[in-house]
Amino acid sequence: MKFTLDWLKEHLETTATVEEIGKALTMIGLEVEGIEAQGKALEKFVVAQVVQAAPHPNSDHLNICKVDAGTGELIDVVCGAPNVVTGMKSVFAFPGTYIPGKDFELKGGVVIRGAPSNGMLCSAAELELSNDHDGIISLPADAPVGEKYVDYAGINGVVFDISITPNRGDATGVYGVARDLAAFGLGTLKKTDMSPVPSQGASPVPPLPHQFEPGQPKAIRKFAGRYIAGVRNGPSPDWLQARLRAVGLRPINTIVDITNLVSLGWGRPLHAYDADKVEGQMVLRNAHGENFDALDNKVYTLDDTMTVIADDKGPLCLGGIMGGVRSGVTEATTNVFIECASWDPDLIAQSGRKTGIVSDARYRLERSVDPALTEPGMELATRLVLDLCGGTPKEPAISGEDVFPGTVVDFPLSEVKRLTGLDVSPSEIEAILSRLGFVADGPGDVRSVKVPSWRPDVTQKADLVEEVMRMVGVDNVPVEPLPRLNHVAPRILTTIQNRRRIARRALATRGLDEAVTWSFISHDDATRFGGGTEDRQLANAIASDMTDMRPSLLPGLLAAAGRNANRGFADVALFEVGQVFLSDKPEGQHTYASGVRTGTAKPSGSGRHWSGKAEAVGVWDAKADLAAVLDALGVDIDKVQVLPEAASWSHPGRGGRIALGPKVTLGWFGELHPALAAELDISGAVAAFEIDLDALPEPRRKPTRTKPGLELSPFQPVFRDFAFVMDRGVSAASILKAAKGADKGLIRQVDIFDVFEGAHVGEGKKSVAIEVTLQPRDKTLTDEEIERVSAAVVAAVTKTTGGELRK
Amino acid sequence: MSLSAQIQTLRTELAAAIAAADTEAALDAVRVSALGKKGSVSALLATLGSMAPEDRRSAGPAINGLKTEIAGLIEARNSALKAAALDARLKAESVDVTLPLQPAPTARGRIHPISQTIDEITAIFSDMGFSIAEGPDIETDYYNFTALNFPEGHPAREMHDTFFMKPGADGVKKVLRTHTSPVQVRVMQKTSQKPAASYLTPAMDPPIRVVMPGRTYRNDSDQTHTPMFHQVEGLVIDKSSHIGQLRWVLEEFLKAFFEVPNVTLRFRPSFFPFTEPSMEVDVQCDRSGNEVKIGEGSDWLEILGCGMVHPNVIRNAGLDPDVYQGFAFGVGIDRIAMLKYGMPDLRAFFDADQRWLDHYGFRPLDLPTLFGGLSS
Repeated sequence: MKFTLDWLKEHLETTATVEEIGKALTMIGLEVEGIEAQGKALEKFVVAQVVQAAPHPNSDHLNICKVDAGTGELIDVVCGAPNVVTGMKSVFAFPGTYIPGKDFELKGGVVIRGAPSNGMLCSAAELELSNDHDGIISLPADAPVGEKYVDYAGINGVVFDISITPNRGDATGVYGVARDLAAFGLGTLKKTDMSPVPSQGASPVPPLPHQFEPGQPKAIRKFAGRYIAGVRNGPSPDWLQARLRAVGLRPINTIVDITNLVSLGWGRPLHAYDADKVEGQMVLRNAHGENFDALDNKVYTLDDTMTVIADDKGPLCLGGIMGGVRSGVTEATTNVFIECASWDPDLIAQSGRKTGIVSDARYRLERSVDPALTEPGMELATRLVLDLCGGTPKEPAISGEDVFPGTVVDFPLSEVKRLTGLDVSPSEIEAILSRLGFVADGPGDVRSVKVPSWRPDVTQKADLVEEVMRMVGVDNVPVEPLPRLNHVAPRILTTIQNRRRIARRALATRGLDEAVTWSFISHDDATRFGGGTEDRQLANAIASDMTDMRPSLLPGLLAAAGRNANRGFADVALFEVGQVFLSDKPEGQHTYASGVRTGTAKPSGSGRHWSGKAEAVGVWDAKADLAAVLDALGVDIDKVQVLPEAASWSHPGRGGRIALGPKVTLGWFGELHPALAAELDISGAVAAFEIDLDALPEPRRKPTRTKPGLELSPFQPVFRDFAFVMDRGVSAASILKAAKGADKGLIRQVDIFDVFEGAHVGEGKKSVAIEVTLQPRDKTLTDEEIERVSAAVVAAVTKTTGGELRK
Repeated sequence: MSLSAQIQTLRTELAAAIAAADTEAALDAVRVSALGKKGSVSALLATLGSMAPEDRRSAGPAINGLKTEIAGLIEARNSALKAAALDARLKAESVDVTLPLQPAPTARGRIHPISQTIDEITAIFSDMGFSIAEGPDIETDYYNFTALNFPEGHPAREMHDTFFMKPGADGVKKVLRTHTSPVQVRVMQKTSQKPAASYLTPAMDPPIRVVMPGRTYRNDSDQTHTPMFHQVEGLVIDKSSHIGQLRWVLEEFLKAFFEVPNVTLRFRPSFFPFTEPSMEVDVQCDRSGNEVKIGEGSDWLEILGCGMVHPNVIRNAGLDPDVYQGFAFGVGIDRIAMLKYGMPDLRAFFDADQRWLDHYGFRPLDLPTLFGGLSS
């Protein structure tokens, strides 16, 4: 909210400086967002004299002028103003000056119909000082040529811009701000005369009946109206125009300007109707789905949850939010009906949200306006209209009842110390509350505190503590250490928190960069990766490619890789450890660790290098990344199932699934499916993996961390190699499992050291060579024993695989 | 020819042959021709047997001397040849050690500044006795607003540009959480129910000290606002914690986080529905140069919101606000990361530009700890 220093001083008797006021505002919770010198935009305009004005030979309305702007030489200016005459003084803009009323920067060296023009003589409208654009500003003869116009005209006020939190409806007017500053001790509040203005005759508009459907919301509480007959409306006086302009409002006409003045000055929104445009009886009722032409020149469809002021023809005003065009006050208005009404803040907020109308009235009324100001506000408006427009006030038309919460809080004064740690004496607390308009009563520690009508936000003890604290100053709260624990901190991170941290570091050590991508992705991508259901969609997405909560991290990573490729970096290795959404339930949120490698971004490095070929990334890189994460998390990839079951995003023959038993899937790895790559417009090799960190088994909690005993055999291990020929489709996992199972006591390890296919092993066949490590425990193995185990290995592998030992 | 002349000739010949042998094989041939069974020196030695004893007395040492001498020459020549061979091999095997390596994987992979910052925050708060709590991103309207004392229809709800979820099967109104504060209620609430998922923090009994980092969402986008961002919420609930201690916690946290000896904070009364009294906190800094320097200068930068947990929130969690009290605070993780590490644009955090990640990211083993220093 903006206001000028002058305006504030109209309500606050103070000697405080601008700086002191600004600091105080911030410290009492009315945060200053800016303090501006008002004339700043007009700094460059100067007082100048038209030394000569002669008709332009090629125009019937332009004049060619010689202007003295105090530069020592006369400036040629072509001027179209009808009032320009030789000798007059006016306001001059040099080339390069920004003209606020026209929103452009003035050019120099312009030729207008053959005559040069190097600057501009300005109207008040061009300076945004008033609406007057009928001619250039005419200054008195003693105006000093060359002086800055803002200095000469005294447009050098200070404008405060403060931000009002939603609970402080009381501070949405300059008066309320002054009241808070006075309570803080920055001066004395000047009361406004809001006493009743004597009426002359009955009101042509009777008190508005409240005609609401049963069960429908009724936003009006009390409606106070005043009919003023025979007003002379027109442009408002300069002081009023200047005041409104200073805070960014456009003056309209005196009566409308008065309603804005009261709204901004006292936080008391009003509405004025041209009484002669009202047809029939004015009533308060629910809207009925009518279209409403509002004063912002837009048409709104109103529904029956909204309250309108209507006449026989329909809504005149959307109550508490915005008036309508049909009964708007114009300079031609002679009979005016002023409304000052009290509304239900929640219903105003609701109607405001539904229509999307943002108005000064709604802003104040949904934060709630002091109910004690309904009739006084009407009287204040009446007085201002009479002062500025004349007229005859008729009897007030009042209907309905205001709602006064009348809150009384039982307030133990010790609460201040309990919640803030501040030592404030009971008398000081009472004095502060009293300055803020609260009435504290009662003996002992517990006071009965009556809340003033303008502070409906104060309902309980903690609210009063805040009032005291903001007046004492939070900076005066003594800092006190939070007592430290008297023991070493126990484990801080949960299993999943630890897993995320470890997974990140493990993947980064493999040369992948950690990305953080959006939680929402496009609907198409979500559908491609197993999501896209409606319960995971946003009702109000910010962009069409951010509509669905991601079911996988891969779409975001692939898109990121694509952006990098478009910047010329086709070899990227990216991972993310983050949440995916398998449903809209809390348990549907899992943490995945996923990664993509593109181009040649292998773990050993990307791009061409003298040490080797630049090979494309592939399924092995993805599997190795996945294995590295599992290993870092304490899961041995040899102990989990690697199944030749590719994820839907993966090349069916170059992807696998990692599982624990038949039910638990830990993750997937593989090369991107060529069809999907084409759909996503991705070229080049892509290898990817994803791990569901929530699917990993919770480690068993043991009372001690003792590891199993270590057996070290004194006997050397024995190595035996075997080669088998089998069908191409037999999995390595089944070979290893069969070989290991041949003698669980003696066989310590089985490794595959050679795999090849070719004509000499037969069509559709492959040769797999394994090395079996035998570890004797209590004696050296005899040849017979080794032969026996070897035969068992051959038997087991050939039986399982249907292959045969290669001769 | 006299024996001595014979020895002399042989010596000369053999010495020349040894010197001329340029391979180990050639040298061995010389050795065999001289010292082998049929070698010239051996043949000369064999003549000793047929000599008269007095001749033998003088000839023996002379011939044996020759043998020793030749053997010595061969040995020396052999060593020289070996050394030369090794020398040649080493020369042949030498490489250009200035050829650049491929950067190690650890030199390429980087941790995102957000993860690093969360680790830093965790390190600091764990030292102050806080644990880490979590809640879901898709949150019910109840936890995100109602339980936090945002009345239905209150303008305070409009301070949050909320993303709403389309209705799900259960008919519960859901939003993307607009702040991490709903986790407060989840942590505080009196319930015997086990959380629905293992990442969800079970409800705790006071005394409670938790921080709650996580993703948050608002329907807003410009240079300093992204529709997704990160917050960390702090919560202390016991029977005595007050604003004086809140000030201490925040000052200590910010000093530790920014790794400066002093920070000056300005507390301004403000409004949040879920705290009362509520405050916004500005940190004193110097913004005159390209970087923001915390702990010096004369500018103020808004950095967080905080307050005493609102009695209604304590009540909503099933606790008695006349018995239990405490404070809460919320800090933008991305924001303090930007301040500490100097990233100019928030949007870049979520773009995954490899150049940005490599520049602003952290080394994989650069683990923030208090004992090793937060940032190296």
